[in-house]
This record gives sequence, structure tokens and C-alpha cells, in this order.
Amino acid sequence: MKNPVIGVYVCHCGSNIGSVVNVPEVVEFAKGLPNVAVAREHKYMCSDPGQDVIKKDIKELGLNRVVVASCSPLMHEHTFRKACESAGLNPYYFQMANIREQVSWVTTDKVRATEKAKVVLVGAVNRVVEHDPLFVKSVPVTPATLVIGGGVAGIEAALQVAASHTQVHLVEKEPSLGGHMARFDKTFPTLDCAACILTPKMVQANTNPFIKVHAYSEVIEVSGYVGNFTVKIRHKASYVNNDKCTGCGVCITKCPERGIPAEFESGLGNRPVYVAPDAPQHGKKPKDTFGKRPAIYTPFAQAVPNKPVIDRDNCRYYTTGKCRVCEKMCEPGAIDFDQKDWIEEIQVGNIIVATGMKTFDPTPMKNLGYGRIPDVYTGLEFERICHSSGPTEGQILTWKKESPKAIAIVHCVGSRDDKHHRHCSRVCCMYSLKYAHLIKEKLHNCEVYEFYIDMRCFGKGYEEFYSRLLQEDVRFVRGRVAEVSDWGIYPEEKGRLVVRVEDTLAAQVRRIPVDMVILSTALEPAENADHLKHTLHMSCSSDLFYLERHPKLAPVSTATDGIYIAGACQGPKDIPDSVAQAGAAAAQAIGMIKRGVVEIEPTTAHIEESMCTGCQICIPLCPYTAIRRNEEKRIAYIEGALCKGCGTCVGACPSGAAQQWGFDDRQIYREIEGVLAAK
Amino acid sequence: MNTYTYYPGCSMSATGKAYAESLETVAKVLDIRLAELDDWNCCGATAYFSVRETLSHAISARNLALAEAQGPGRDVVAACSACYLGLNKTNKYLKEFPELRKRVDSALDAGGLKYDGSLEVRHILEVVVKDVGLEKVAALTTRKLEGLKVASYAGCQMVRPYGFDDSECPVLLDNLVRAVGATPVPFAMAARCCGGSQMMTNEDAALRMTKNILLCAQDAGADVIITTCPLCQMNLDAFQAKVNHAFGTSFNIPILFFTQLLGLAFQVKPLGIERGVAKPGPALARFIS
Ligand SMILES: Cc1cc2nc3c(=O)[nH]c(=O)nc-3n(C[C@H](O)[C@H](O)[C@H](O)COP(=O)(O)OP(=O)(O)OC[C@H]3O[C@@H](n4cnc5c(N)ncnc54)[C@H](O)[C@@H]3O)c2cc1C
Repeated sequence: MKNPVIGVYVCHCGSNIGSVVNVPEVVEFAKGLPNVAVAREHKYMCSDPGQDVIKKDIKELGLNRVVVASCSPLMHEHTFRKACESAGLNPYYFQMANIREQVSWVTTDKVRATEKAKVVLVGAVNRVVEHDPLFVKSVPVTPATLVIGGGVAGIEAALQVAASHTQVHLVEKEPSLGGHMARFDKTFPTLDCAACILTPKMVQANTNPFIKVHAYSEVIEVSGYVGNFTVKIRHKASYVNNDKCTGCGVCITKCPERGIPAEFESGLGNRPVYVAPDAPQHGKKPKDTFGKRPAIYTPFAQAVPNKPVIDRDNCRYYTTGKCRVCEKMCEPGAIDFDQKDWIEEIQVGNIIVATGMKTFDPTPMKNLGYGRIPDVYTGLEFERICHSSGPTEGQILTWKKESPKAIAIVHCVGSRDDKHHRHCSRVCCMYSLKYAHLIKEKLHNCEVYEFYIDMRCFGKGYEEFYSRLLQEDVRFVRGRVAEVSDWGIYPEEKGRLVVRVEDTLAAQVRRIPVDMVILSTALEPAENADHLKHTLHMSCSSDLFYLERHPKLAPVSTATDGIYIAGACQGPKDIPDSVAQAGAAAAQAIGMIKRGVVEIEPTTAHIEESMCTGCQICIPLCPYTAIRRNEEKRIAYIEGALCKGCGTCVGACPSGAAQQWGFDDRQIYREIEGVLAAK
Repeated sequence: MNTYTYYPGCSMSATGKAYAESLETVAKVLDIRLAELDDWNCCGATAYFSVRETLSHAISARNLALAEAQGPGRDVVAACSACYLGLNKTNKYLKEFPELRKRVDSALDAGGLKYDGSLEVRHILEVVVKDVGLEKVAALTTRKLEGLKVASYAGCQMVRPYGFDDSECPVLLDNLVRAVGATPVPFAMAARCCGGSQMMTNEDAALRMTKNILLCAQDAGADVIITTCPLCQMNLDAFQAKVNHAFGTSFNIPILFFTQLLGLAFQVKPLGIERGVAKPGPALARFIS
């Protein structure tokens, strides 16, 4: 080994470090450390002039090791490695000492901060001596992208990637694309018709030659690594041969089973039908089809793809062994009762997750009466009541099919509530305003109350929409609703619902009689979000939405290279933001594919064959399934490209055979010795 | 036979006499032994906790310490909702707040007592519904209370915050009503406060609260309201006339303890029904013989 010649650079980070750590003192101290040829300070080491100092010293002073004492390696390790590389030094001859997150930001004690900065620095200087040159590997990228989730975000991402003429696989678990937006009548704040702007996109996705839509399917397994993922997709048996089906819909109209609560209508199909007390007791009961669907169905009329599926659990043929009406009626002979789930394996270079959200079930909040009082609806149910192709054909009617005289809209149900979700669901204020407007449009004389904590109208044109609603004779009551009761005390309350609330602006408790209550429920992660998290090795933030790599600077990346997130799966989001994120994720995917190769970090683990006893402890521990067993040699080996360098196997290996480039014992012990010796 | 350490509390020998009598009678039929805590003291009731925190927990802990010594491992059972809440609160706070625990421990120590926190505090309703069970109650019923419409009033303290039943829409009393063949009516006020001890300090407010409970039961067509707490029973029953006077209403709704209702179904005596102020109407009178 050549004699180490080390350059040390201490950063002020503006005042972030400099106001707490005495930087000149640390620099003077560094000059006295063994092998250090030069030590300098700079206001911003990461700036171009800062980097130039390093480059110049490497060339002029012949440095062969570099240490920068500044922020976390997560921020700028890459920057400084590049600087070394451009001056002709192997980038892994670089070491970073974190004196910001681990020193200046965590104390106000200047003296001790300066001492600690020195200690951390000695560790780094000691360690860098033991560094070896490492080389980044490039692997080719499979030019295809998997998009999981066919809501507005997933559709947009698929279309954007396909626009670059590379292959996209769009996997949607439901029989149709569309997600939540397909259920809406109008969208805030512009009130454009949801179907009019969404359906064309759904059709484009389905007809685009570069997009393969896998509807009614789920991703069950993902292996491989950035640029080269192998994905298993399970196609759920729909009992309809899609090649033969023409989408004529005869099977749907003829299915004798018509009483299954339709998922698409949210909970509307779960309510019992209202029977007037004076209705004749005898005779045939009228068929209850409100919010219901047949056993063979498409979720809605404009479904894409327009192929029905059979709901096996509710199909008469499967439950009783008799029926097969759809089969008899199907002219092209597309019904196939013997169909089975089948698994398809595809190769992709990167993955965009756009699995969206679901809405909070307010049943546990007994005080609000949902599930007990039929005229208490969720927002999603009200979307369907407003929708011209919903069960009431867009007429706003109560359970008894009467026109309501007053409607209450309750904000923050399950959001901003320590008992349920602490987060703000962001879209509820706005869709609540949308409902007020739609109600006023359809029922001029209906009183509308908005019960809110704060109005959060944060987006472009949102505050203006709120102002407009203030002019539309909507009553805004600031206060969290205590109770919705179906028993009234006063004559004007009899037979109606009573909202009890503390009006915090008027400083009084009020009882407000209404005929219908809409609960603006929280947004929470999609049904199987946790399962998919494990399949893809992603992480979640404390609200259980998927975690981005950096909240500001890498909002659509995840901790796993090659996996991106877009839309409401990352956090509550409106349509404009979901679409914007989808575009950002698509740009990343296209970028990688156009580049054609990805670089694999060399700081991965490997097995020292002579030391491995073949005990196999490491194999199940590896979170990335990168470790296999070499049956011939009876030892373990690590698939370098799969390894993320987490170090789990290194820590667990009883014989020390599992080792990691850039983190070997020599380097770590030298760093510890440095820290301990410096005191 | 299950044995419990029974904490009667002050009201059971005064306004809640009928509760005490009927509970004793019914416990025999249900085959549960209630061993009264020897030398018990007042639970501190609801109000004291907000006035002198340490002291109120200390007197409550004294009861628990005695119970631990007299019946190790036995559940402490209270019939009054306020007693249940008070004892339960102390029991939980001692586990949750080590600072309080230290102070209470030293108070107990001064009296030569010690509490390890090994006991559970339960309400008698929970014992009947969960330990004895609805099936057994139904089997012990010798006269089904058919056609009797009952408003089950759980009140607020039994279900909040340590409820063993839903705190907004309690169901256990309704289930019990069904088990003895009577019909529960929909009762929106089931878990609302009766006014509690406000009846002594802020009568106007308390009367209004009591009125709303009575009105809700009347609207639902109830023949009787059943309660689980002597204070609720007193407010609803003894103050009914005052409510009528204040609001121009004409309520005459008998207010029974749930144990009295069980007694009627089991056809046992004494139940203390004659102690009630509001007299039973014909629907209830049918079952009193
Ligand atoms: C009641 C209500 C009203 C709203 N009104 C408006 C409005 O007027 N204007 C507005 O801008 N925003 C509105 N929003 C917000 C809007 O719904 C979201 O911004 C939007 O739906 C987010 O799109 P997405 O594609 O990320 O998620 P989603 O719409 O939830 O779509 C996700 C898709 O992924 C699928 N999926 C989930 N998991 C998997 C899996 N494991 N495998 C395969 N597929 C999967 C789902 O089936 C679904 O199709 C409203 C929200 C609610 C709840």
C-alpha cells in the first residue's frame, strides 16, 4: 500500500455547523493527525468552489485519501465521491464524518460539540487509511415497467411511460381500471365531470400498444433487483374467456341473482330497504336492488376492460350447483366455469406503485350513528347518491326516498383524531365543499351545514372555491360534532336526525335538526398495502402510507432502487397531485430505461468461501433473498446485484465468513479505535 | 359457586336500599356469593377526585388494600356505578402513575396497610352478564316478562371510560332484558348523564338532563326504565315529580334496578319494589304479585 496522504475538509454548513462547532479549532486539530497532509475549512463544502478545493488538492498535493466532516452521508456522500472520482481518485478512498446531524444539531454546548466533532473526525481519518478501491458495476436494464394499481395515478404513469414507446404492464386488482375517481360525479374545485376526464384515459391505456392491462390481477411475488425484476402476477379466475367475450352484457342482464351489495356503490347496498309502516304486510315483497349487483358483473357501465367477471362466492351455480343461465345466454360461448387462477411471470426494469387508498370505516364511532342510522352516509356513498348513474340516478333522496330539507356534512371523521388517525386527510374539506355545492345546485331550498375544525383549502383555486361557497348560503359551523341522534327532544326535531355540536365561534352548544348526514371520512392506506409493502421491501411512515426516500427531494422514490410510488398510496392526495406524482415517477422510470444500465453500489456483502461452514443461518435472515446455497460446495453465496448492503448477514455469521466491502472488520475496528483514543 | 369481594358503598344502605335488597335476593338465585368487605369506607364518589387527588385515591386504595388482604385474588365487585368508577380509577392510576403510587403507598403505610395492585374491580352487571351468563339467566327465568317494554339505562359512569360495554351504544342491559323475555325499546339516551350529584348543586341543569332521559323513554313507549346505579335511580325516580313541575310534563315511569327486574322474572322476594316513588303502571304491575 502506498503511504496514505489524507486531506481533511471541515464544513461550516452556513451556520448549521459553524455556529455550534468551532471549525477553525477542529481544522487545527486535524492538521496534527497522522497521515494528514492538509486540513481546510469551507463555508459550504458541497458547493462547486468547495468541491474544487478537494479536486485541486488531490491533483497538486497528491492526496490519496479524502475525509469531509459535514452532514450525513445520506445527503452528500455521493457528491464528494464524485468530486474525488473526477480528480482521478477512486471514490471509495473517501470517508465522511457527520458533525451536523450527530453533533451540531443535537446540542447547544459549543465546547463539547467541538470536542465531539474532533472525536468523530479521528474515527474517519483512522478508517480511511484502511479503505480499498471499489468499483461500481453496471448492469443492463430490462426495458419494461410494471405499474401496480389502475387508479388515476397508475393510469397516468402507464400512459406517460408508454409515450416513450417502452413496454408497460398495468396491474389492477379490480375488474376495471379507474380507482376511486371512477365513482365520482364531479371533481373539485373545477366541478368537471369525473367520467368525462377519466374514461378517455382508461380507454387510451387499454388500447395503447405499449400497455398491457392485467385487470382482476395481483402481484404476488417480486424478485431481482433494480433494472431486472422478475414479477409473478396472479390472474384471478373470472370464469369468462376474455378472448371470446364481446362485452355485450347479456349475461349481466339475465343473471337471476341480483341482491349482492355492489362494491362500487360503497356501502349503499348494505342498508335494509325502507318499509313504510302502513305498507301492506302480505303479498310479494318488492325486489331490493338498491345499490346491488348481479353475480356476473362489471363494476360500472364504462368499465375498462369491458369484460364481466363472475363472483364465485355469490354465484348460484357455485353455491347451489344449478343455474348456468349466463352460459346459456352467452352467444359467443365465453363463459368458462372451469377456469382457474393462473400465474404469469414477467420481467421489468422498474416498478411504479400506485395502489391508492381506502376510506375510514366510521362504524366504530358509535356517536355518529353510521351503520345504525340509515340516513348517515359516508362521503363515498354520497358520491354515488349524487352520481347520475348511481342507484338514485343522481337524485338526492333520504332512506325513505324523500327530499331532505337539511343536510349536515361532518368533517374530519377519523382524521386529526388521536383515537383513529392523527393525519389530516387533505381532500375532505374540499370534497365537503363540493357536496355543499352539488346539494345547493340540486335542491335550492335545502339547508346545508358544514361542521369543520379548520377549513383547509390549500390548492390552486381551492380558497376561491371556498369563498364561492360562502356566497351560496351554506352554513359553516366551527366545531367537532359530538353526536348524531335519531331521537329529538323538541317538536321540530321529531322524526329527524339531530346533530349536537359545540359551535366554538358562537360559544354555545347547539342542536341542529337535519334529514341526512354525510361523514367526510379519513383516507387510509389501501386494503392490502401492508402485504404489498413486504412483497416489494418498502417502508411505511407512521401513518402507514408508503414512505418516500426523501419528503422534499425524492418524493416519488423509495428506499429500494427502481421502485417508485405515486398518488394516494404515499399519503392523502387530491387528483391534481396524484397525477403530478404519476408523471414524476414515470419520468424516473423512463430515464432509467433510456440510460439502459444501472449502477450497482459495490459496498455489498460477499462470502469468504474458506471460512463458510455452510450453517445457513444467513439465508433466511436476508431481507432481500440475496443469499443462496451452493449445493456443490455446501456453502452460502451472495448474489451481488440483489444485495443491498444492509449488513444483516455480516452481523449474524458465526464464523465471520460473511463480509461486506467497505465495512470490513479492519475498517470498523480502526474507526472505533480512533474514536476511543481521541476521547 | 363464584365468590366476590363485595363493596356496597354508602348509597346501598340509604337511597339504594331497594338495590341492596334485590341484589341479595337475586344473587342467591344466580348462585354467586358476595362477601361484603369488612370495615370499608366511602369511595370518595365522583366529586372528590377533582378536589383532593392524592387523598381521594388514598381512601379508595384503602378499600382495595383491605380487599386484597381479606380475599386475595378475588374480584372486587361494586353495584353502584360511581363506586365502580372510583375504585377502578384508583386501581388503574396506581399502575399507570408511579408518582401517585408512591404517595398513596406512604398513606396506606401510615395506616399499616399495603396494596399490591393484584385485584380487578368489576361492576355487578358485568358479573351477571359475563360470569353467570345470559343462558343461565334465561334458564332461571320462571316467568317471562312478555310484553314488558324496557328502556335500559346504563348511565355514564359505568361505561366511561373503563367500560366493559360500548360507551355510546351500550348493549349488555338490552341483552339481559331479552334473556328474561321482555322487550328492549330503542333508547337514544341510554348512556347519557342523569345529572348525577349536580341535582344538589345545579338543580336546573340536572333536572333538564333527567327530563330528557324520561322523555326519550316515554317517546319509545317504555313501561319501565332499568338502571344500574343508585344515584341514577334516585334522580330519575325521586325527582320525577319535580321534573313534571318544572317542565309541565306528566311522567309516571317506574324506575327499577336491573336486579329488581331479574327478581320479577325469577319470582323471588324481597325486591323492594314498593320503595319506588313512581308507581308501576298496569304493564309492569302484571308481574308484581
Ligand atoms: C369521497 C371522496 C371524494 C373525492 N373527491 C375528489 C375530487 O372531487 N377532486 C379531487 O381532486 N380529488 C378527490 N378525491 C381524492 C381522489 O380520490 C384521489 O386523489 C385519487 O383517487 C387518488 O388516485 P390514486 O390512483 O392514487 O388512488 P385510487 O383512486 O385509490 O386508485 C388505486 C387503484 O389501485 C388499485 N389497487 C389497490 N391495491 C392494489 C394491488 N395490491 N394490486 C393491484 N391494484 C391495486 C385499486 O383497486 C384502485 O383501482 C376524493 C376522495 C374521496 C375519498
